[in-house]
Amino acid sequence: MPLGDAGAETGRHYRGDHLLVAGMVDPGSKVLDVGCGDGDLLQLLESRGIDGRGIELSREGVNHCVAKGLAVVQGDADTDLINYPDDAFDYVILSQTLQATRQPRVVLENLLRIGRRAIVSFPNFGFWRMRLQLLIGGHMPRTDNLPATWYDTPNIHFCTIKDFVQLCDEINVKMERAVALDLYGRPLRLSAPWWFWNMFGEQGVFLLSRAGKAR
Amino acid sequence: MVSVYSVPSSIPSPAIHADERLHEADHPTSLVARFGADQPLPLDCGINLSPFQIAYQTYGELNADRSNAILICHALTLDQHVANVHPLTGKPGWWEIMVGPGRPFDTNSYFIICANVIGGCMGSTGPASTNPATGKVWGLDFPIITIPDMVRAQAMLLDRLGIETLLCVTGGSMGGMQTLQWTAAYPNRVFSALAVACSTRHSAQNIAFHELGRQAVMADPDWHHGRYADEGTHPHRGLAVARMAGHITYLSDAALHRKFGRRMQDRELPTFSFDADFQVESYLRYQGSSFVERFDANSYLYLTRAMDYFDIAADHDGVLARAFRGIKTRFCVVSFTSDWLFPTSESRALVHALNASSARVSFAEIETDRGHDAFLLDVPEFFDIARAFLQSAGTARGL
Repeated sequence: MPLGDAGAETGRHYRGDHLLVAGMVDPGSKVLDVGCGDGDLLQLLESRGIDGRGIELSREGVNHCVAKGLAVVQGDADTDLINYPDDAFDYVILSQTLQATRQPRVVLENLLRIGRRAIVSFPNFGFWRMRLQLLIGGHMPRTDNLPATWYDTPNIHFCTIKDFVQLCDEINVKMERAVALDLYGRPLRLSAPWWFWNMFGEQGVFLLSRAGKAR
Repeated sequence: MVSVYSVPSSIPSPAIHADERLHEADHPTSLVARFGADQPLPLDCGINLSPFQIAYQTYGELNADRSNAILICHALTLDQHVANVHPLTGKPGWWEIMVGPGRPFDTNSYFIICANVIGGCMGSTGPASTNPATGKVWGLDFPIITIPDMVRAQAMLLDRLGIETLLCVTGGSMGGMQTLQWTAAYPNRVFSALAVACSTRHSAQNIAFHELGRQAVMADPDWHHGRYADEGTHPHRGLAVARMAGHITYLSDAALHRKFGRRMQDRELPTFSFDADFQVESYLRYQGSSFVERFDANSYLYLTRAMDYFDIAADHDGVLARAFRGIKTRFCVVSFTSDWLFPTSESRALVHALNASSARVSFAEIETDRGHDAFLLDVPEFFDIARAFLQSAGTARGL
């Protein structure tokens, strides 16, 4: 199955990055999706027999999820992750939300405290179109996936794939798997070097775990 | 403007005769489960209540493997008449909007039970019931009861009905407290719990409002230290004032303003008197006077007391999460933005404790200006959530 295509599963279509993330989760696991939006990824996980829970900031998002029968609570990644005990989940997912947190580093550390593994996806600010808009256009980049203007965006901590890899090294996080997706949600060649991913990856998806005996 | 709340300007005497109300306490227009001397109800205060009875209503059919039963727990001033005409007031059931064919609590799919709480006055044993030892109304001789006592009695009723595990326990306000007590006391008997507009403990402010209500009842000379049944009176003025104060706490500033503003009642100008010049005054007096027709004053004292004593964490070394340790029950917690009696912060504290116990929990805060009473009203977002939560619980249970 090509990971990038929006695939059909149980009669409905899922986003390419959701299928990629879901593919990283072992069957029968317990998963927390932080910033779960309308619950599309949680529904995909539950359809695969995975015990999924969610946290969502927006009241509308939460109520949509609960009205779908999902176990979702209203909460904030920055302030509410501390309420979860250590090792409560097999995986904690942070999908397209890291850049909107106030303290991405603390959030990342919490993800790997609560979960044995974390799956983090984020828009790559090093993507060539971003660079081009800043270099040639001289203005803050806006894309189809990130259409907000600089003054009303919730995204306050953009980073590049390179920046994220550096942060993982600094806080002793092991990268078990890394995938960069192009503009169409298709994974880039695995053999491509980091600089290529950083330039041509529209988003990065990382499967992380705690490194060695650091904890 | 013609108001639907047009009433005389002072609190009138009840239209329903006290005899009818007292008769309902012993001989309810409901199903009754009677528990004899061999099955006492052990109360938290140390007394074994015996004999006692529980009045209850059911809707829908219990399925063959007894897996579709839902227990609805009623709030302070409500009763077991969830979805049928009330035997005293003749009004529709208090949750008909939620319970019935095709409703979120679909009586085509589920078997629904609601029991009058112990200490109530609609047929379950309480201070308005006759004390078999004296042949007189219990009054203040009735032992103090707690929320856990109410739940213990409900569990005995379910034993009697042959229902081991409930598909869902639900309720708002005091009914939500019972719901949470069910999960803490009998986690294996509760497959899912829908706790609405409630808390795991009664706050100081809420205790204060209850004390105000109780003092109003006890200040009425017709109360006679709780022996008003013997005197042939009922402290309807005091109880009406208690209800008026309580009713304000069930609404919100915005809801009162939207409904009444500063509008006058059937007049253009102030009367320069203490008549109910304002619509909001007229409305409150109506609420007070209609309440006393169907509710027993002593029962109001006992049930408010039970709520005041409620504190799940206190029963678990002060740590709320311990009450839910390892629990398998699926939770859905719902609060309303304008509810200042049981504010969202209380629900959030519960959700944090459930998360710490790794319980499966959903939590939705619903935006409405209708205050605490929103759980009884037409709030479609709440219906959608209740319906979906029940359906997913039913699917998980193989219904």
